[in-house]
Amino acid sequence: MSIDGTAVSIDGTAVNTVLASLSHVTRRFGEVTALDDVSLDIRSGQIVGLLGPNGAGKSTLLSLVQGLRRPTSGTVELFGGSPQTAANRRLLGCTPQATALPETLRVGEVIDFVGVHFANAVPTPEIADEFGLGDLLRRQTGSLSGGQKRRLSVALAFVGRPQLVLLDEPTTGLDVDARRTLWDAIRRQHDAGATVVITSHYLEEIEALAERVVVIDGGRVLEDDSLGTVLSRVSLRQVTLRSPEIEKIVNLPGIARQRPDATGATTFYVQDSDAMITALVRSGIPFSDLSVRGATLEEAFLTLTEKESV
Amino acid sequence: MSTASLTFAHAKYSLLETARVPIAVIGSLVFPALSLLFFVVPQRAVAENPEWATQAVISLSVFAVLANALFGFGLNIAQSREQPWDPYLRTLPAPGIARVLGHVFSTGLIGIAAIVPVVVLGALLTSAEASWWRLILGFVAIAASALPFVFIGISVGYSMPAKAAIAVVQVLMFGLAFGGGLFLPPAIFPDWLDAISRFLPSRDAREIVVWAVQGGDLAPWAWIGWFAWTVVTLALALLLFRRDEGRRFR
Repeated sequence: MSIDGTAVSIDGTAVNTVLASLSHVTRRFGEVTALDDVSLDIRSGQIVGLLGPNGAGKSTLLSLVQGLRRPTSGTVELFGGSPQTAANRRLLGCTPQATALPETLRVGEVIDFVGVHFANAVPTPEIADEFGLGDLLRRQTGSLSGGQKRRLSVALAFVGRPQLVLLDEPTTGLDVDARRTLWDAIRRQHDAGATVVITSHYLEEIEALAERVVVIDGGRVLEDDSLGTVLSRVSLRQVTLRSPEIEKIVNLPGIARQRPDATGATTFYVQDSDAMITALVRSGIPFSDLSVRGATLEEAFLTLTEKESV
Repeated sequence: MSTASLTFAHAKYSLLETARVPIAVIGSLVFPALSLLFFVVPQRAVAENPEWATQAVISLSVFAVLANALFGFGLNIAQSREQPWDPYLRTLPAPGIARVLGHVFSTGLIGIAAIVPVVVLGALLTSAEASWWRLILGFVAIAASALPFVFIGISVGYSMPAKAAIAVVQVLMFGLAFGGGLFLPPAIFPDWLDAISRFLPSRDAREIVVWAVQGGDLAPWAWIGWFAWTVVTLALALLLFRRDEGRRFR
């Protein structure tokens, strides 16, 4: 699995080189197991979505690849070597938390400072324009809005023309417009050759960006597949209704899980609500108070986890 | 990028950050000068004796560097480890030594700036004296002799949270300052205290700077002690730095 980072083609998309890999990695914090025997290869050319609820182990996984933490057991490789060796991080791009930017430094100074670390850094005005920060270079970061700080944080990941970029929840807390602007910028960087790993607990964000999706929860990899395949498993709809013959409804096709609520209604999690309701009507089972809505990602994860444990 | 240019960059931006909040450094800049004004200048027996006055100025200059190094490193590092900007910096491809040295230079520069008022006040208000080249030699000696303080500060910063670092830094600062003869001259120490004092890096620093400014003989224990403290504390600082994974919670 030893890979020479320089062997990747210029556009970074054609060759399936392993840029980072975890093999049988476990990381514990005292009693808590944050990652449990995780094996994962990040190959060049992809946008990998790391999807999971809060506390799933996503950030721990990234911090291991960044060299910030060591695994309790197992090995982590970055460009074929230890992520804790500075030289192996030359082609790695990361983001600080948006709230972490040094408040007294100006936007241009922060970008310059990060750029110094890389042999072939993007000129500061160029990267600033790319992320819509061109007019803000003279502003102290403490005076930026939440969205501007977020754009600056993400821009810093791309200053060094990295081959591998790790973005930890890059758009959390942004409004829809700001989020789309940032997504566009990330996509352009990917088209220019960067491999991107992006964590999120928003399905929408993963849907908009990722090609490969790794679902992680409780420190374990639950799914690792193409976007379409994973989407079909986690994008569930909730159908809520009342019926005297619930046990018959459970046997209808396509029902992943069911849950009664306090008011006597029952919620079914289904992949195709149209097909389920059609089947329900055809079966002649009496029902009332029907409502249909999308399931949250957390609810979808519960379904995945239950499947695992069966 | 070479380690040297990365060191320079880390020093530059750390100074820039500090300079934007000047009040943060004023404390370490004025405290030694005030000590000279209150404790040395009014004692005419000391202030009018060129040898004693010069040694008093030197002692307070060493104290300025000691206090600045312990606070500048111990406290700053402990605080920055609790802020998420620091973990980000550690993902950049800079070797550990570049960040350590960057801190050394930026805080060191502020330390030098803290000495200047002590020297100026000493020259104007006491009989302290030194030729210009002895003065330059003194600055070089003080920079070198401060290295163990710097590395002790770094070690404190990387081994405990900021609230604990404040307390530890203060204990270390006053312990080293009194024990090393920076507040009271070692000449009036009883023998047992003098014996202990010779094992402290602050005493070594004082002797080295006195030797650089006033000439005479330098006792071997002073420079051997300085060298040993520098090597041991540098090793400790590097070890703690490498091992660091940000603040630990239990």
